[in-house]
Amino acid sequence: MTRFYRWPIRLTSLALCLLFWQVAASQRLDFGLLTFTYVPTPSSVAQAAVALVESSKLWAHLSSSLLRVFAGYITAALFGVVLGVAIGRWKWAEDTLLPPLEVLRPIPAVAWIPLAILMFPSSELSMVFITFTGALFPVLLNTVHGVEGVDPRLIASARSLGAGRWAILREVVLPGAAPSIVTGLAIGMGTSWFCLVTAEMISGQFGIGYYTWESYTIQNYPDIIVGMLLIGVLGMGSSALVKHLGGLLTPWYRGASR
Amino acid sequence: MTSQEHFLSAGRIDVERLTIRLGEGAQAFEAVQALDFSVAAGEFVCILGPSGCGKSTLLGALAGHLQPSAGVLRVDGEAVAGPSPARGMVFQHHTLLPWRSVLDNVAFGLKMQGLNKAARQQQARDFLGLVGLQDFATRWPNQLSGGMQQRAEIARVLINRPRLLLMDEPFGALDAQTRGRMQELLLEIWGRIRTTVVFVTHDIDEALFLADRILVMSPRPGRFIEDLRLDFARPRRAELLTSPAFTHLKRHCLELLRHEEGRELPRLTPLGLPSDHPPLRIAL
Repeated sequence: MTRFYRWPIRLTSLALCLLFWQVAASQRLDFGLLTFTYVPTPSSVAQAAVALVESSKLWAHLSSSLLRVFAGYITAALFGVVLGVAIGRWKWAEDTLLPPLEVLRPIPAVAWIPLAILMFPSSELSMVFITFTGALFPVLLNTVHGVEGVDPRLIASARSLGAGRWAILREVVLPGAAPSIVTGLAIGMGTSWFCLVTAEMISGQFGIGYYTWESYTIQNYPDIIVGMLLIGVLGMGSSALVKHLGGLLTPWYRGASR
Repeated sequence: MTSQEHFLSAGRIDVERLTIRLGEGAQAFEAVQALDFSVAAGEFVCILGPSGCGKSTLLGALAGHLQPSAGVLRVDGEAVAGPSPARGMVFQHHTLLPWRSVLDNVAFGLKMQGLNKAARQQQARDFLGLVGLQDFATRWPNQLSGGMQQRAEIARVLINRPRLLLMDEPFGALDAQTRGRMQELLLEIWGRIRTTVVFVTHDIDEALFLADRILVMSPRPGRFIEDLRLDFARPRRAELLTSPAFTHLKRHCLELLRHEEGRELPRLTPLGLPSDHPPLRIAL
């Protein structure tokens, strides 16, 4: 538990930042390298946010972004965990699956956008693919890491107690790797949002990323920041959701710290 | 407790010309070399030797985790091929599954046999009672003390009614007082469940207190240098530790092990060489 007396300082810090933003934007401060001339003030951003909430557009943008993220993310989570367990557990899987994946891994998901547009019949699918690519590698690598990190003594002693191949996978390897898998899923959630927003800016028709970029092109500057804040809130919310679900899946982890 | 108070005539060990090589290439060495010995069914044998002498390696081979490079291990005439619930293993540090309650951990072997939940939990409760942990059934393993973890581990192995109970310095990580209590508890349990026990230790007092017979081992290559039979009356109590006969035998064992002083060898484990930690990978 955080002690209460620290909260006033934290809130003051946040308020000071807001105040600086308000002053800098309303005075159109110009530092040469960095200028606040076109930056909207916090109050105008708040007004734009209220306007967006009251309009009917918000739900259309939100739902299309959420749908894409979850389609891409859930596919990536499935692939990442299944491939990761195979690679971490079996040498033949490591030798056949890992080399191509290692070649693809350093390519940022965003760099896939042009090719994805060419490869997929609809821009919708290409955006889901970009989201998938963004989440796949964090999930995959953390799963491999978790599976390889399972204490060999636990596996040996489970075998001594009569566990077969699948029982070891189910009873020892998967739960042993679970904390690491949950970490991968949480990181993957963040990267898939990041990739989705970028993809939407380039080829979307609805969605938060599209909304943000559109606001720039039609010079609705307060809306840019509303979009940015929405992206932040959604990313944070879905990461928190993943962490919470992960915590429910690994209850012994909390038991251990007691 | 009637279900556990059965006497097994099974559990005889015959080892012939057993050699186990560990390591690879130029680093390879014979952890144990050309061992010949037999253990009678129901006997309590301690293997005593300095760190790294190969006693844990021998235990790992008996459990089926390590393959002999030469020779055979037989239990009741059957060659050992891989791990089996009939040969239960207790490690120095517990290997309870952190994600299972103490009760489910103890019931694990029965789950692998396909017993239904009610039946296996009932038996697991009995075995927890046997080691004095009936009140801790619902805890996570990490919430128990080191001594309790080892007691749960012993219950988990015994629930499979093993012919052999293989123990690799099971009390080595416990404080002296707890260790003493655990030794008495183990003897009490063994009094009820007469399985063959092979107990590896480097603690002379422990070996003398527990065993019917002590096999003293010398390192690199691991070989027996003494086969000592003990006839202290059972049940044994802590007073035995200060009796003249005990002190006399202790001096004899110290003499035997003194030759090995000054040679610091890395500890071996029943799974082979101590494993290096996997390299840190930044997983992003």
